[in-house]
Amino acid sequence: MADDADALLVERAREGDEDAFAQLVRRHGPSLLRVARAYVPTQAAAEDAVQETWLGVLRGLERFEGRSSFRTWLFRILVNRAKTRGVRESRSVPFAAVGSGDADEPAVDPSRFTADGAWTSLPPRWDLDPEAVARSHDLRRIVDEAIAKLPENQRVVITLRDLEGVDSETVRNVLDVSETNQRVLLHRARAKVRKALEEWIDA
Amino acid sequence: MSPLRLPWRRRAQPPGDLACQELVELVTDYLEGALPERDRARFEEHVSMCEGCAAYVEQLRQTLSVLGRLEPEDLSPEAERELLDAFRQWKREEQSDGPS
Repeated sequence: MADDADALLVERAREGDEDAFAQLVRRHGPSLLRVARAYVPTQAAAEDAVQETWLGVLRGLERFEGRSSFRTWLFRILVNRAKTRGVRESRSVPFAAVGSGDADEPAVDPSRFTADGAWTSLPPRWDLDPEAVARSHDLRRIVDEAIAKLPENQRVVITLRDLEGVDSETVRNVLDVSETNQRVLLHRARAKVRKALEEWIDA
Repeated sequence: MSPLRLPWRRRAQPPGDLACQELVELVTDYLEGALPERDRARFEEHVSMCEGCAAYVEQLRQTLSVLGRLEPEDLSPEAERELLDAFRQWKREEQSDGPS
């Protein structure tokens, strides 16, 4: 398991093994950078937040007890650093603000439904080959832009859950956001990314 | 209730009290396993009979599949180098402090 491998590397790094530390940085650095990017407006600021995170790791390494996974611990440190930075660069908003009621942000444009709530025209069947799609620069740009346009709290949740594949329990621990609020944020974020893909496919 | 059967009713919306417009708002709760048993059954029944909603749910699954395959970028080599420098410095300080 990845967690066991991490625990071993952490143990070795604690004993001063530079190679083990380098492996941890390579394993988790890219994920940290991507999550940091959800909080701060520039790549440079994201890289700074990642640097600060690893410095925080070094300071806390002696105390890390492995009660949570290393990855959870890393994300917690990162989110703290990135939030501070985001506030400083005036992008961050308080996380608790989930936003106004569901009705204000429907997953699908209301014009797609009849007065009784049935589809006016059926959504088309997509036939995306995810592997091919992941290699498409065009599509990557579409998805990146859609995520960049999300409100911060939605962007952070979709980045952790759907891009990083972090489970909901861990996200709850990292962000201190209830599972219900997390689902609302995730729902809105996913709906907007789906819509962006739809527009790209239709075009 | 009108006895008239509207054409779209036959085509798109299955019987039952869950409208397509409501269903699309439940997809995340469904995928997260957060729907109560009764609502989950209604959801599944609707999707099994409604071509539009089946297509919509499939679109979302494909969206998730795309998101899950986007690889993050690596740290820049300079950033990695700086971190290894920081590690060496930490190690020196640890050793000069002695075991805590």
